[in-house]
Amino acid sequence: MSRPGLVLEVDERTPPLLVHEGEGFRLERFPLGTRVIYPPDSLPGIRDVNRRIEDALLNPLGSEPLPELLHSGMRLTIVFDDLSLPLPPMQAPDVRQRVIEQVLEMAANAGVDDVELLAGNALHRRMTPAEIKHIVGERVFNSFWPDRLRNHDAEDRDNLTSLGQTRHGEDVEINSRAAQSDLIVYVNITLVAMSGGAKSVSVGLASYKSLRHHHNVHTLRHSRSFNDPPNSAMHHSYERMHSLLSESVRVFHIECTVNNDVFPSPFQFLNKREWEWTLKDQAKFLAGKRANDLAPAGARHRVWQNMRAPYGVTGVHAGATDLVHEKTLGNVHRQQLTEVQGQSDVLMLGLPYLCPYNVNSVMNPILVYSLGLGYYFNMYKNKPLVREGGALIMYHPMKAEFHPLHHPSYIDFYEEVLTQTIDPATIETKFEEQYATDPWYIHLYRNSYAYHGVHPFYMWYWGAHALSHLGDVICVGADRRVASRFGFRAASTLADALEMAGETVGRSPSLTYLHTPPMTLADVR
Amino acid sequence: MILALEYHRSPARYLAAARLPGRLRSAAVPSLAPLRLTNRPVPSMPGPGWVRLRTILSGICGSDLAMAAGKVSPYLGPLTSMPFVPGHEVLAELMDDVRMDDGTDLRAGTRVVIDPVLPCRARGTGPCPSCASGHENRCDHVNAGRISAGLQTGFCADTGGGWSERLVAHRSQLHRVPDALPSERAVLAEPLACAVRSVRRIDVPRGTSIVVVGAGTVGLLTVLALRELTPAGPITVIARHPGQRRRAIALGATETIAPQAALRGLRRITGGSLVRPELGPGYLLGGADIVVECTGGEGLDTALRLVRGGGTVLLSGMPGKPADLTPAWFRELNIVGSYASRGADDFGAALDLASHDALAGFVDSVYPLTRWRDALSHALSAGRSGSVKIAFDPRNGDRYAQNGDSAEPAALPAHTRSTTTSASTTTSTSDTASTGDTDHLDREGADG
Repeated sequence: MSRPGLVLEVDERTPPLLVHEGEGFRLERFPLGTRVIYPPDSLPGIRDVNRRIEDALLNPLGSEPLPELLHSGMRLTIVFDDLSLPLPPMQAPDVRQRVIEQVLEMAANAGVDDVELLAGNALHRRMTPAEIKHIVGERVFNSFWPDRLRNHDAEDRDNLTSLGQTRHGEDVEINSRAAQSDLIVYVNITLVAMSGGAKSVSVGLASYKSLRHHHNVHTLRHSRSFNDPPNSAMHHSYERMHSLLSESVRVFHIECTVNNDVFPSPFQFLNKREWEWTLKDQAKFLAGKRANDLAPAGARHRVWQNMRAPYGVTGVHAGATDLVHEKTLGNVHRQQLTEVQGQSDVLMLGLPYLCPYNVNSVMNPILVYSLGLGYYFNMYKNKPLVREGGALIMYHPMKAEFHPLHHPSYIDFYEEVLTQTIDPATIETKFEEQYATDPWYIHLYRNSYAYHGVHPFYMWYWGAHALSHLGDVICVGADRRVASRFGFRAASTLADALEMAGETVGRSPSLTYLHTPPMTLADVR
Repeated sequence: MILALEYHRSPARYLAAARLPGRLRSAAVPSLAPLRLTNRPVPSMPGPGWVRLRTILSGICGSDLAMAAGKVSPYLGPLTSMPFVPGHEVLAELMDDVRMDDGTDLRAGTRVVIDPVLPCRARGTGPCPSCASGHENRCDHVNAGRISAGLQTGFCADTGGGWSERLVAHRSQLHRVPDALPSERAVLAEPLACAVRSVRRIDVPRGTSIVVVGAGTVGLLTVLALRELTPAGPITVIARHPGQRRRAIALGATETIAPQAALRGLRRITGGSLVRPELGPGYLLGGADIVVECTGGEGLDTALRLVRGGGTVLLSGMPGKPADLTPAWFRELNIVGSYASRGADDFGAALDLASHDALAGFVDSVYPLTRWRDALSHALSAGRSGSVKIAFDPRNGDRYAQNGDSAEPAALPAHTRSTTTSASTTTSTSDTASTGDTDHLDREGADG
């Protein structure tokens, strides 16, 4: 039995606590009285994952067993989440590989010949063959790549099918192969409550024309939070779209959840609560930190990016999207949800080296912004951890470093757009269309390994709710010029940051530190 | 005898200055450059039609700085005669009455600017084909005739130059300055005439997209000329310093971009795609219709990478560095040179433009010749320090305010005020021995 989440109040006996800051970490001594929110202990993984998968496929929720949906002569499309899930990537074999192999086996037994596999990468960058192989496994890769296993191309006009509009006028346009299939089997890993469910097909296989209906400032500002689907305008839009596309094509959903074992040996102690660190753990920390700090930047980057998580699988559910996702959310909450009483004046976050969009890449400052003000700020149910007008203190070096191959439009967004305005609504009105339709970005998205031209805009909108909610954002250890461009302030230490925050929240603010990673979802009462 | 700043032959100094790293250039070039403050005889009159002039102001041009810093192409070596007095951006007053070629009379004391080109008319030779066709700036006789070789006043041993108290000029070089035009504006006439010439060298259809590489004097005045004299569309200026960016916008630029963001920024503006070779800088497939090179440095290479296929690269600054010409071949580019100006037409337009409001404060520092090292150092770091044009007042630079824009004498600028009362002289005997009298060299700052 795993221990539930914990809200610790820092007192004299509390040791310094672990704080992630990009490709590094530190031990920070927080002021007395600071609330520290820990997720539940990592749940035990399922021992026989293959059997659990088989069971899910044969006894699905709200659907006939998968073998009954498969028949000779049909057109089957298997869609799977791209490398943005899970984070960090899973140690091989990826659970998606196990699921896909069983689905393919059932399809073969049913005599299904017309099978294709699509990565649901939406406007994310194409995955390299090696990245795809890591997800689907060598057998599947060798059998299907490249003709029948490929990335979705949201700019391939000849292979997009419009399925109409929702009652809210939202265009639903998805990959033609999927739209014209007799069955879509969607293989998902849900890491946070935002993912999976109606989002999978309606986003993963969509085009810009479709995505702009929910990836916009208005929707994001009314998604409170986007990790709480019933209160997320974004998810309401996904559901309308999914409902519409389900009228045209049948979707058999398979969702997997994983536990919080994100750090492999020898860094497993980073998952532990600090007062439970053994002497060996403490020695590992000191050695690891020293080595990390002294390592050349390139070597350090490789070490972090090569980290593969030894996740345990906590659930596999299959069948009708809504029923499956309900079970999935239950598992996510079981692993991540911690009840917290009330908001605080200041929220503190340690931002790690990874977000969904810099796997095998560089965490550029816009992604840091999106991770802090988008993903982490929104790790709440009911209401934000920080009160309206409160301050956010986040740790990250936030250097102006970009991956020119993966994030070309991010560089221009940083240099051209953010030098003129940081207001999400103005940015959306003035620049989004230009970037979204820029032929060069489209060319790079389709033929190179670049995120779509509009992607940095979505990252900026991701933080729109936080931007309007917060009174101050202070970045500890950040490059001052970058912080300044975002309208934030940089501080050298936590003490300085708290001193600066005092101008906004007063001299004796209530403080909360969201201890993550691993992921923690705060249920704020 | 007159006080003059003289450029003399010194290969050692020339090469030493040329090898200075960029960071040290503004501090060390004035000491290493083959320049010396000296007394020399008043230039004699080379022949009929020549007049004596007393310098009021003389600007420091980028080509003067390139010469001081050892960055000038050896191509131009035979077209100079040493020792010469630099200074080809000259506002002067006539010392004699003169009847111009068109019959008008100018009285002694009249303010004039000079077109520094020394063509056949000034040299007393028969007209070369270029001069005969009205292109005196392309004169084939710049090393012939009654005066020594010299592509311009300021590079010729016999005429003197603006960096001295007196010089001589042929009447065909003179352009009267309107009485209402302040001297600090009038001294911009020559670089403005060059800018006018530049934009008249090419066809600029309505809406043409233009990039100006560099935002020193040449770049900024080119922006003004483009905006005022052509129906150009968007003008994007690649400018290194914030002050340059502000001025470029005030003069009519649509957008400014920092050099390090030029490729990406321009791609966003003009469309197309950015290509990055494994070695060397990137380039655009797409780009601007016309790119004007105004840096006199590595700007040409940048220009060739920013212009669209079939587009035009206009060389407005004096090219100082080699460039990879592959784009010119592969993209079928037109490379157009623009040198000096075509006389009265261009100077007339230049004098009109000189009164433009956005040129206020362009000449923001005036130095006496005795502080020539400070002046050169200031000019070499002008962009960084927020200045544009630095000028000499060989009579008394102290008369002009640092930010003054008035013809009237104004308060003393701090940097000139501080030294005019001190007296220290260090003269290199070896450098001055050949130039005769040194009796005025006890002025502050004069040395070899």
